Amino acid sequence: MTLSGTLLSALVLTPGTVGLLLLLLAPRDAKSLHRWAGMLASLVTLGLALLAWSRFDPADPAFQLVEARPWLPSLGISYRLGVDGVALVLVLLTALLQPVVMLSSWKQIDDKVKGYVASMLILETGMLGAFLATDLFLFYVFWELMLLPMYFIIGVWGGERRVYAAVKFVIFTLAGSLLMLVGILYLGSLHKASAPGTWSFAYEDIARLSIPGGEGFWHNPQLLAFAVFALAFAIKVPVWPLHTWLPDAHVEAPTGGSIILAGVLLKLGTFGFLRYCRPLFPEAWEAATPLFVTLAVIAIVVGALVAYAQKDLKKLVAYSSVSHMGFIMLGLFAGTVTSTQGALLQMVNHGLSTGSLFLLVGVIYDRRHTRLLEDFGGLARVMPLYTGAFLIATLSSIGLPGLNGFVGELLILLGSFRTQPVAVVIAATGIVLGAVYMLTVVQRVFWNPLVHEANRGLADLTWQEVTAFAPLGLAMFWIGVYPMPVLSISEAAIRRLIGG
Amino acid sequence: MLNLLWLVLAFPLAGAVVLLAGARRFTHRTTAAVGVGATGLSLLVALGVLASYAGRHGEVVTQTLYRWIAAGDFSVEVAFRLDPLSAVMLFFVTFVGFLIHVYSTGYMHDEPPTAFARYFAYLNLFMFAMLTLVLGANLLVLFVGWEGVGLCSYLLIGFYFEKDWCAAAGKKAFVVNRIGDFGFLLAIFMAFKAFGTVDMAGLQAAMAADPAAAARWATPIALLLFVGAVGKSAQLPLYVWLPDAMAGPTPVSALIHAATMVTAGVYMVARTSFVYALSPTALLVVAVVGGLTAVFAATIGLAQNDIKKVLAYSTVSQLGYMFMGAGAGAFTAAIFHVFTHAFFKACLFLGSGSVIHACGGEQDMRKMGGLRHHMKATYWTFLVATLALAGIPVFAGFFSKDEILAKVFAAGAGNLHGYGKVYLVLWGLGVAGAFLTAFYMFRAVYMTFFGSFRGGPEAEHHLHESPGVMVWPLRILAAGSVVVGFVGIGFFGPRFNLFERFLHPVAPGVEVEGWHAGPALEVGLIALSVGVAVAGILLARRFYFGPDAGAIPARLATAWPRLYRTVANKYWVDEGYDAAIVRPTNRLAWWLWKGLDTVVIDGVLVSLAFFTEIAGDLLRFVQTGNVRNYALMVLGGAVAAAAWLLL
Amino acid sequence: MMAPSTVHFVILAALLFGIGAAGVLLRRSGIAILLGIELMLNAGNLALVAFARQHGSLDGQVFVFFVMAVAAAEVAVGLALLVAIFRKQQAIDVDRLAIMRW
Repeated sequence: MTLSGTLLSALVLTPGTVGLLLLLLAPRDAKSLHRWAGMLASLVTLGLALLAWSRFDPADPAFQLVEARPWLPSLGISYRLGVDGVALVLVLLTALLQPVVMLSSWKQIDDKVKGYVASMLILETGMLGAFLATDLFLFYVFWELMLLPMYFIIGVWGGERRVYAAVKFVIFTLAGSLLMLVGILYLGSLHKASAPGTWSFAYEDIARLSIPGGEGFWHNPQLLAFAVFALAFAIKVPVWPLHTWLPDAHVEAPTGGSIILAGVLLKLGTFGFLRYCRPLFPEAWEAATPLFVTLAVIAIVVGALVAYAQKDLKKLVAYSSVSHMGFIMLGLFAGTVTSTQGALLQMVNHGLSTGSLFLLVGVIYDRRHTRLLEDFGGLARVMPLYTGAFLIATLSSIGLPGLNGFVGELLILLGSFRTQPVAVVIAATGIVLGAVYMLTVVQRVFWNPLVHEANRGLADLTWQEVTAFAPLGLAMFWIGVYPMPVLSISEAAIRRLIGG
Repeated sequence: MLNLLWLVLAFPLAGAVVLLAGARRFTHRTTAAVGVGATGLSLLVALGVLASYAGRHGEVVTQTLYRWIAAGDFSVEVAFRLDPLSAVMLFFVTFVGFLIHVYSTGYMHDEPPTAFARYFAYLNLFMFAMLTLVLGANLLVLFVGWEGVGLCSYLLIGFYFEKDWCAAAGKKAFVVNRIGDFGFLLAIFMAFKAFGTVDMAGLQAAMAADPAAAARWATPIALLLFVGAVGKSAQLPLYVWLPDAMAGPTPVSALIHAATMVTAGVYMVARTSFVYALSPTALLVVAVVGGLTAVFAATIGLAQNDIKKVLAYSTVSQLGYMFMGAGAGAFTAAIFHVFTHAFFKACLFLGSGSVIHACGGEQDMRKMGGLRHHMKATYWTFLVATLALAGIPVFAGFFSKDEILAKVFAAGAGNLHGYGKVYLVLWGLGVAGAFLTAFYMFRAVYMTFFGSFRGGPEAEHHLHESPGVMVWPLRILAAGSVVVGFVGIGFFGPRFNLFERFLHPVAPGVEVEGWHAGPALEVGLIALSVGVAVAGILLARRFYFGPDAGAIPARLATAWPRLYRTVANKYWVDEGYDAAIVRPTNRLAWWLWKGLDTVVIDGVLVSLAFFTEIAGDLLRFVQTGNVRNYALMVLGGAVAAAAWLLL
Repeated sequence: MMAPSTVHFVILAALLFGIGAAGVLLRRSGIAILLGIELMLNAGNLALVAFARQHGSLDGQVFVFFVMAVAAAEVAVGLALLVAIFRKQQAIDVDRLAIMRW
């Protein structure tokens, strides 16, 4: 058997297996063993992801490196993995962020290290699996697999109100995903009712079905099925007004949890819209476009304004996520190839910029145990490296040309202007507002006189923190200056998904 | 040589990277060598490129580096374009930029090494961004430079970041510019939607190929582009950031906020003149905004006491002139004024920097005076540049400003696009502005250099001429303020106007048809504008020179206290914006958070959870704990199920 | 005298079931409740056997064996529980078991 036959399985299962082995076998207090094992597993996964990239043919829109094994054949459930351009981009993002997360938690998590590392690794398996699964049921399994580790990460290693935040996160997510399970089962039954008469949940089988439409909402199976999928994804994104779990989860989650939450978990929502909602329910998608474009625009503007009102740095970044994810939703629903390419690129960009913002907020929180803007000021004098890193992340986040954020926002807005000009005009104000709230942060944290004595002796970034930020910073410049590698691997797949 | 064009940009970029990387280790000497060296090499390459370009008669040379973005049907390359327009800009940006780098090594010498390196890194980065803006072959590369200079401007205004007003001024500059960028971006989107390209040449060709679409889209695209120009070039109503930007080091004000970046808006209008030429409405808007700004800013300049603020409002006002010229269809005249303005305004700012340097950081002209005895070179160069700005013949500003006024008058007299009356009014405003300009500039000269020193004996003791690295750039720029005007003399007809002939192929201008000024009228117009300038100078002399200097203005201020306070407080525009936009936005943001997000949305969701809890609270009473009750329920359930099945 | 038909058996089973159910619902003694449950189970058994005879199929009779086995297990567990309860409370009154409500 060649390696390509099992490459994706190896990619998906490596972190989770290491995580389980750690849980079962490793002694409780061998902290550095846990850390190194986690780091190593993340790096191996990254290597496997890069290997998958090297074997990937960007011109081919179909799933590649496919694996298919029957699982519950009587119900048509199978273990199927495959990668297309869209999934590959997000897999690479996930694999890149995971070592960063491990580094960011190296010393910061000192309690129950084993559980933390294992949770992170199992979470990674869930995320990678959800991106790579090409069987709807398997997708659902991986989707729910992500929930538990994240629940523990927030609930065990989180801040003061961690239990509230963790429960809120789980209830929101479950409310959506259980309905999605009903939708998945419906699609499977529809396959049974159609020509071959067998159950199947394979993505390509389902995609061939034409799902009946109908009058109104309750008598329109396609719209109903779309709605249950969309609800699950919309909560994950999160689409305004389903976003209120996000600030709480971010504020309470430990730094590593926030990075993964913002960097990858939210992308599963937008990925779901692109991979499942759009190709499976084209008419329903069409019908829902005005609604989602409106919500996206509201998210952009309201998210930015609410971010501006925040006093807690982490909450501010969390609300900025709501605004940025609004851009992605706009790009997806505007529906042109350009805007969808922009949306996918922006998923990566948001992972990089917001991920690094959370990383950097964590750095300052470790030192000062506060995140309130008013407790800082003048940090540029004492922490020049940190200031530089934060400034790069900020500029990336507000879409300065030369950095990654600009390319994504540009493609989204430019592509969307064809079909949704009014929405683009309103959304573009989000670019102004983004500069307002992020530069306010820079001004109040790094500039102004150094008034708090406690800030005077702050240490600049350690080598460990620099190493954690460096890959993200480099990726920001790289995508900003030369985004073609990302754009070209995804173009064929996106054309297939949106039928463009 | 032409294919080395990219090197012009590469040197400053490399300089910036090296300086940022080595900021903590470099000494002053190393930093200065790297920073000035990078710009110097860039200047040399630029001169070489321009020399080999000189023989090409307006040809457009494009250098494509690589494909930057391609997605769907959108594709854009990193490409640079050398044509007469960008050649002019390339020349003075590298030339003035180099001089200001040299000057900065003296001006910033007291900064600690790290800050010194940071300063030159930003300055080099600015040069890179500005050259990208100038040379960009498509709207997107231009926009990259556009945002890049905005970033550097932000960083340099906030260079003394520990002073909260500097930090605030930097943020204000960036945010106000972003409002303009909002328009610029929408213009790009619209151009792409309508014509499928953002490349300058491609856009021009597409508009020529489809006149109907061009006519339909020209006005919105031109107006949106102008929104961007208004932000970057500090025109009404977005000019408010520029006076505050004076918080940055003075060489920065000279380079970014006088000579180069703020003129980017004018450059952009000239660059896209093929769009503006199709839209009478857009031209009129440009002219009106420019004319109003020219006079409005000049009146504020009358009552400022901070020497840099006077120059800042003067810059806003002069930029207004440039837009007024562009709005009259005279794009070359506008660029000509950009060109001459770069020399004399940079000279003025650097001169003010020299003064501030001598006065130990003091910027208030009421605490200066008599400085001509202490700093001769600074005084003479400042005077020459002031004469140029005031529009006195043989000095550069005279030729360019007069060219603009002549073109606006022609647009008025020739009834351009049927808006003749508006253009005539604008011409009147322009002449009035020329009077105000001469007045406030000589007010500054008299207050600073004449009379006796008012800053106290301690400070007087420290007065000194600046070192050679600062004085020589002043001398060169002053010389430039005299000579550069001669390349564009319009009086003897187009044949002698080398500048216009050079630029004509790329920015042809809108011809006013059916009207031509006779020689007598032209002489009359020139006499008028020189006359008002001289009148302004004489009035300033009467007010601010001699034993009772300042007495008349003081009397006027007491006679009309309201008027005086309104002007001195800049018409309370900042306060107005604060009350009308900033604070409502803050309130809205707070309300959206605490009201909408926390109470309404989370309230609904929390109340769902609450109802679940209530329901549980009520239903738990069903659990009596009495086994026989449960049995009864089971029986009831079984009977009900049986009944359901049977009936 | 005619042979009893299925109807008679079913009526008898219903009566037995009713008596058992009434016992479960009305008696407070745990043992009596267990007896009632036994009665109900055996009423069910009777019905199953009757129908099995009518249909001439063994299925019902097989089921009866299952039910008897389950009933035996149930009584064993139930009596063990009752013994445990009696040890704790010195009584087997099920109404006194409501200590865990709410």
